[in-house]
Order: sequence, then C-alpha cells, then structure tokens
Amino acid sequence: MEKRVTFSKWSIGILFAVPQLLLIFTFFYWPAGQAVYWSLTLQQPWGGGNIWVGLENFRAILSSADYWNSITASLVFAGISTGLAMFIALVLAALTDRQLAGSRLYRVVLIWPYGIAAPALALAFRFILAPEAGFLSVINRMWPGIWDPGLDGADAMASIIIAFSWKYVGYNFIFFLAAFQAIPRSLIEAAAMDGSGVLRRFRDIQFPLITPTIFFLLVINITESFQDSFGIVDIMTAGGPANATNLMVYKIYSDGFKGLDYSGAAAQSIILMLLIIVLTIFQFRFIERRVHYG
Amino acid sequence: MSIIKHGLAAFAAGAIGIALASPAAAAPTKFDFWFGLSGDLARVVDTMCKNFNESQKDYEVVCTSQGNYDATLQNTIAAFRAGKQPTVVQVYDVGTATMMLSGAYKPADKLMEENGYKVDYNDYFPGIARYYATSKGEMLSFPFNSSTALLYWNKDAFAKIGKTEAPKTWEDVGADLQAMKDAGYECPMAINISANESWQLMEQFSAIHNQPIATKNNGYDGLDARLEVNKTKFVQYVTDLKKWYDAGLIKIKSKDLGQDMVQAFASGTCQIILTSVGDHGSVARTQKEGMHWDVAELPVYAGTERKNSLVGGASLWVLSGKSNAEYKGAAAFLNFIHDPKTALFWSTNTGYIPVTKSGFDYMKADGFYDKAPYKGREVAIASLTASEPTDITRGVRLGNFTQIRAEFGTQMQAIFANKVSVQEGLDTLVKNGDAILDRFQQTYPGKTLP
Repeated sequence: MEKRVTFSKWSIGILFAVPQLLLIFTFFYWPAGQAVYWSLTLQQPWGGGNIWVGLENFRAILSSADYWNSITASLVFAGISTGLAMFIALVLAALTDRQLAGSRLYRVVLIWPYGIAAPALALAFRFILAPEAGFLSVINRMWPGIWDPGLDGADAMASIIIAFSWKYVGYNFIFFLAAFQAIPRSLIEAAAMDGSGVLRRFRDIQFPLITPTIFFLLVINITESFQDSFGIVDIMTAGGPANATNLMVYKIYSDGFKGLDYSGAAAQSIILMLLIIVLTIFQFRFIERRVHYG
Repeated sequence: MSIIKHGLAAFAAGAIGIALASPAAAAPTKFDFWFGLSGDLARVVDTMCKNFNESQKDYEVVCTSQGNYDATLQNTIAAFRAGKQPTVVQVYDVGTATMMLSGAYKPADKLMEENGYKVDYNDYFPGIARYYATSKGEMLSFPFNSSTALLYWNKDAFAKIGKTEAPKTWEDVGADLQAMKDAGYECPMAINISANESWQLMEQFSAIHNQPIATKNNGYDGLDARLEVNKTKFVQYVTDLKKWYDAGLIKIKSKDLGQDMVQAFASGTCQIILTSVGDHGSVARTQKEGMHWDVAELPVYAGTERKNSLVGGASLWVLSGKSNAEYKGAAAFLNFIHDPKTALFWSTNTGYIPVTKSGFDYMKADGFYDKAPYKGREVAIASLTASEPTDITRGVRLGNFTQIRAEFGTQMQAIFANKVSVQEGLDTLVKNGDAILDRFQQTYPGKTLP
C-alpha cells in the first residue's frame, strides 16, 4: 500500500522558506524599519519621550552644508578608489594570467592583502603615511610641508584612497584572474596564430569576455566604498581635517554614536541606502548594456 | 576631623549593612561599575576596586573598563535601553548635561542620605563640585577623576634665553617663543588642535579670562543657551596662536602625525606645551635624561584678573532601576572613593588631583607634594582654586557638547590650514554649534536643567 503525504506546491514552498524569511525579517527588515521610524522622530538617547517630527530630520540634514560636503567626499572617494582598485587589479591579473615563471607566487602574494582587516591595514598605513615619521617623511624633509594629511584635506583624502584601493586590489584580482582563466585557451591561441599582438588580443577577446566580472566588481566596489571605508577613515583620519574625509558612513557613526543623535543618524542611513540603491539601478540600467554575457 | 567623621559614617553604614543583611549574609551583594579609562589607568581602577572589596564583606563591586569615555556612555545607554545597566557608571565632564536630562539616574546625594552617609559637600573644591552640581547645588553625581590644564615648560630652554620663570602672560609667551626660535629651537611650543583639545584651548582659556563660551551662563540657566566664542577674548587667542604658527614658533603635534605633544615635550623637541595635569606622570616617566622642566598655571593676557580654571575628567553616576541592596553597595563604594586615603592612592598612581579639600590636606600632610615626581602637581589645585567660581567659571552645561567639541576641531583645522580666516572659522563654529544646541533643545521639549 502506498502511503503518500501531499502538499500543495505553495504551502511546501512557504514551509521551507519560513526559517529563511524569519531570519531576513529579523536581521534586515526589522532594523531597517526601525531606522525608518527613528528617522521620523527625535529620539532621546536614554529612551522615554520620542517626538514625532515627520520629515524634519531630513530637512535639517539636507540643509546642512556639512552633509553635502560629506556626500561630495563620498562620491570623490568612491569614484577614485574604485577606479584605482579595479584598474590596478585588472592589469595585474592580465599579467599573471600569462604563463610567466613564478605566476603562482604572484597570485598568492596579490591575494593576501584582502585578508587583512581594515583597522589593521589602516593602522599600518597611518604609520607609513605619517608626515614626520613615515615613509613619506623623506619628501617632507626635502620640501617641508608638501605632504601633510593632518592639515591638508586633499592629502588626507589621498591617504584613505590609497589604503582602500590597496585592500580591494587584492579582492578584485581574485575575480579578474578567475575570469581570465575561464577564457578558453584555444581562442587566444587561435588569435595569436593569426598574428594579433598582446594588446589586440586583450582588447578584442579577453576584455569583452570578462565584462560580466568587471560589471560585478564595479557594483561591489562602489557599494563597499560607501560602507566598508568606515574602519579606514576612523583610524586614519577620523573624518578630518576640517571634514575633508568625513564620508557619509563615518558621519552616520560619529553623529549617531559619539554625538548621540540617533534620529539624525537614522535619517542619514536612509539617505545613504537610497543613494546606493539609485547608484546600483543606474549601473544595471546603463552600464550593464555594455556587458557581454556570452 | 573629617577623616574621623567619614570613619564614623562608614562604621555606621557598615553596622546598618550587617544588621540588615545578616540573616542571609552568605554571599556579598554584587553590583557593576563601568568606567572609561584604559591601559595603566584601568589597572589602577581595578586595584581600587579590589581594595574596596577587601575592605568589607557585604558588597562586591565588579569593575569593567569600556575602553574610553565615548564607548562607556554608548554602551551604558544601550544597556539601559535593554534594562541591563550597571549600577555605577563613570561619565565624562561633557556628558553632564545629557545625563542630567536623561532621567536615568538616582541622585548621588539622595543615595548617600538614604543609606545613612553624611557627606560634607563643602569639602569638595567648589570649582570641581559646581561642574557636576545642579543650579541649586545638589550633587547628582560625584566627581571622580579630576584634572585641570597647566603650562609645561622646559627650564633648560628658558635658561638659554636668560629666563628662570615660566611666562605669566600671553604677551610674554610671544616674546619667549621668538627668543627661543632665535636661539635655535626648532619647536618652541607644541599644540594640538583636535576636538578634545577644545578642553584646554577654548574652555580653560575662557574660564581663566572669565569669558563666556555660551549665553545663559554657559548653559546653566537654560537649554536655549547659544555659543558666543566668536566675539570674546578667545578670538584674539586663536589669532595669536595662528600668527605664531605661521611664524614657525608653534608646531602642531598629534598622534596621527607621529608624535603627540606630550611626547614632543618629554623628548625635549618642543619647549612649551599646555596639557592636563594628568600627563604630569607621563612626562616624568618618559622625559629625556637630565632634562629640567616644571609646570605653571596657564598664562593670561596682560591686565586680566585671573579666575579659577575648569575641572576636567569624569564623575560617577548611579543609574536608576536597581535594587536597594545594590544601591547600598553603590553608596558604600562612593563613600570609599570619597575617603582621603583612597584619594592619596588614586593621585599617587594616576596624576589626577584630589577632589576634596580634606583629600588635598591629607596628601599635603603626607608629604606627597614634596616628593620628586609629584612636585608641581599642587599648581593644579592653585589653578582650580584661583578664585571663587563665577557664574561663568563654574563650568559648561551644554547639550551634545561632544559634537560641539568635534565642530571646534573641524574649524580649528580649517583655520590652521588657511581655508578660512580666524573670524570666519569661529563664526562657523558658533553657527554649527548653535544648530547642535537647537537640536538638543528640540529633543527635550519643555524640559529644563535641574
């Protein structure tokens, strides 16, 4: 006798999805909802009376020059550091993909940096880039004051960009290398036999075939430059000098936790979230068109 | 006299404690104390906690460092919102206004009274007590680690320019810096312009010169106080510092540039610094071999009648929502800390100053200030007690003051990097600081400071 338990497709689907949905709700939607609620109120840090203020927090933030400065700084940081990290990683991956002696060693060495935690990395770079004691103190001795991240905003921005790109070069490198390795050797060999040089092969064969990876990394790098930059900024510049490196994510932290302005920080988080959503949509709508999925 | 009084009070409290607890007095009542000091200082606090636990059998304090002052306040708020707050917490000076409006504390003076301790509040140095007291003089928290800013000067460098005394006026400082520069010193004076240095550059300067930082008597008289440092003598001070910086008489030294100003002074690189008396121990421990140095009160502008400087550091708050047994323990703990013997232990091992007159007298009688590494620290007491506190020099009572200090650091950096003029920078500081105060007032509608 056959015993059969039957579920409708719908109910079994839900049943299996419940734990996952519960987790997503508890850890993603509930806090996000909480942030939306906080952003519409004035929260007293110790709890107790919370005042409903509607969109007042957003008005206050968007009318503050400091906040616009922080948006500009974030965009500059995201643009330059993503460009740098991707370009260097692409070049290195293209080079190590070729059958060079010792390319395995290169791979390992280049993958390592991604394993270093942001604070440790930032600390190391803080020493390396310190104007008086660090690596660059030599140029400072020749031209006093030429490198001064403690007082010069552009220098400070440069130092966090260097640290962030350095870390993401490693990350991007892994993906680029995998993408290069996935290209059938026969394609490249055929092109070589037809007499095309290295650059031509790269432009016409390798580059089009790795565009999905480039696109993926672009989305990830930009998103991460908005969020993962926190540890580096906190340790290297703390948002200074004169707010030059006060990136959006760092301003959320310092206003919310150091300044105990939970509502203002919540409103800023919402804006940051929207900005990242918009950027991602933009990338999918306009850049993905050029991606060749093969 | 007061030692006997404290002794009796402690004895009485102990007796009450034993009487109440004896039927089931097997395990001591545990309670938590969270503090913001770390490193060497945290070890001293731990020893102090151990001493308290060994001094009696009824209570056991569990002391936990939260790393720094900011983190202590953040963690305590998070814990409070979750109903798991410590019984006693150390909160830094600038958090005082925020604490007062939190509604999350048990007034320390009420706690002591309810538990049978008689504390003589007149025994606290007025400059210290009034920073933490309400406008009516009630002590909501007890001062714990206190300090004030001093001028550290290198006697050897001053000897080179024919001086045997520290400069008393800012005019003298200007002349001395130039003379030292002419005598070949690369860095006559070091300053730091980060947010936290607001404490000595803006707050101490303003107090000593009896200049307001904000209206409404620095905020004591209402949440509608607004900054006014862009039109006091402070403008001239920043202008002079900038002028000396441009002339190469002052160098900016901070940790992120490789060497902070205390190290720069101790190593003999820079000849004058202004910093907390709390650094006295560090300088003594790390100074260059054979270097002669001393401390003096902060200079004033010529013709100024010197007022008391401000206290810095932190105080101990007892939080609401704990059991009576824990409150008894907290009261015993505060009483232990208040004891002059504890003050001597604390000051010897840290560099912080005693907060009570009896503690100071006890230490003087003990010969503390005559001994080599501690000599000079009494200048801090002289500076704090230079005058009876005025309505302005009793302290600063502004909401979200941490954010205002951050704004101070930002504008100082803009000024010293030549992005804005001194006046523009200070105007922006006031404008942005006022927005912060405005927001604090909106968060607590209809409330007033106690």
